Amino acid sequence: MTGRDLDPTLLRLLGGDEPELDCDECFAQLDRFVELELDGAPADVLVPGLRAHLVGCPACAEEHESLRALLELDSVS
Amino acid sequence: MSAPDTNPDVSALAAAPALEEWHLDLHTEGTRRDQAVARLHGLLLRAARFEVFRRAGSLPQLSPVELDELAQDAADDAAVSVLRRLGDFRGESSFRTWAYKFALLEASVKVRRRAWRGREVMLEPEQWESLAHAGRGPDDDAESAALLEAVRDGIRSALTPRQRQVLVAVVLEGVPIDVLAERLGSNRNALYKVLHDARRRLRNHVVAAGFPETDQ
Repeated sequence: MTGRDLDPTLLRLLGGDEPELDCDECFAQLDRFVELELDGAPADVLVPGLRAHLVGCPACAEEHESLRALLELDSVS
Repeated sequence: MSAPDTNPDVSALAAAPALEEWHLDLHTEGTRRDQAVARLHGLLLRAARFEVFRRAGSLPQLSPVELDELAQDAADDAAVSVLRRLGDFRGESSFRTWAYKFALLEASVKVRRRAWRGREVMLEPEQWESLAHAGRGPDDDAESAALLEAVRDGIRSALTPRQRQVLVAVVLEGVPIDVLAERLGSNRNALYKVLHDARRRLRNHVVAAGFPETDQ
C-alpha cells in the first residue's frame, strides 16, 4: 500500500517506516540542509533522514519552510 | 612564541567555508564583542519578525505592536541560545543561516503557544473512536473500512496510554507538539520519540492484521 492510497489522516497516524532524524537532530542539520536545497545539491542524500522527519513532524516542517522562505527573501533583497 | 590556539571552536571556524568574519568577534570581549552582539541581535530580530508576521493569521487577537513584542522576545531568547551554543557552529552553513534557525524556532514556538493559550487540550480524548474515513471513492470503501478498523483497534490495544495520548492529540486534534510538551511538562524531542514509537507500533499492528506495509 502506498501513501497515495491512504487518506491523509491515516497517513499521519501510521507515518512511514523510513529511518528518520529526531527533532534535535533535525534542528542541528536544518541550516545545512536548507542551504543544500537552495544550491540545488542532493540534500536528501547528503542529510539522510531529515526529509522523513519533516513529513512526520509538523513543527519542524514549519521551521524548515520558514528558513527556506527567509533565505529566498534574502537572496532577492 | 605565542601559545597555540587550543579553542577547538575557533579553529573549526577558521577552516570553515562560508566564513563571515564579524561573528568571530562574538568570541572576544569589550567593544568588539558588544558590536557583534548588536549585529547578531539585528539578524535574529529580522528572522523573528519574519516568522511572527508570517504566522500572524493564527493570532488575530494580537495587534501589530503586540506581534512585534512577541518577535522581540523571540529574538532576545534566540540571542541567549546562540551565544550559549556558539561552539556548536562548525561552518557547515553560513553563520547567518545557522543563527536564523534559532530565531525561527523561538518565534514559531511562541506563536504556537500563544495561539493555544487558554484553549483546552483534551488529554484523554476519545476522538479516535469516531475516526472516520475520508474515502476517495466507492471502490476502496470495503478495504478502507477494514483498514480503518485495524487502525482503531491498534490505537485501542497496541499503544501505551502515553503513546495513545500523544498520537491522538498531535495527529487527530492538531495540537502542536510544543504546546503538548508544555502541558505535559515534557519537551518536543521526547514527545516526538513517543509519537514515532506509537506510529511504529500502529504500523506493526496493521501489518499483523493483514495489510501491506505503508510506503510514504
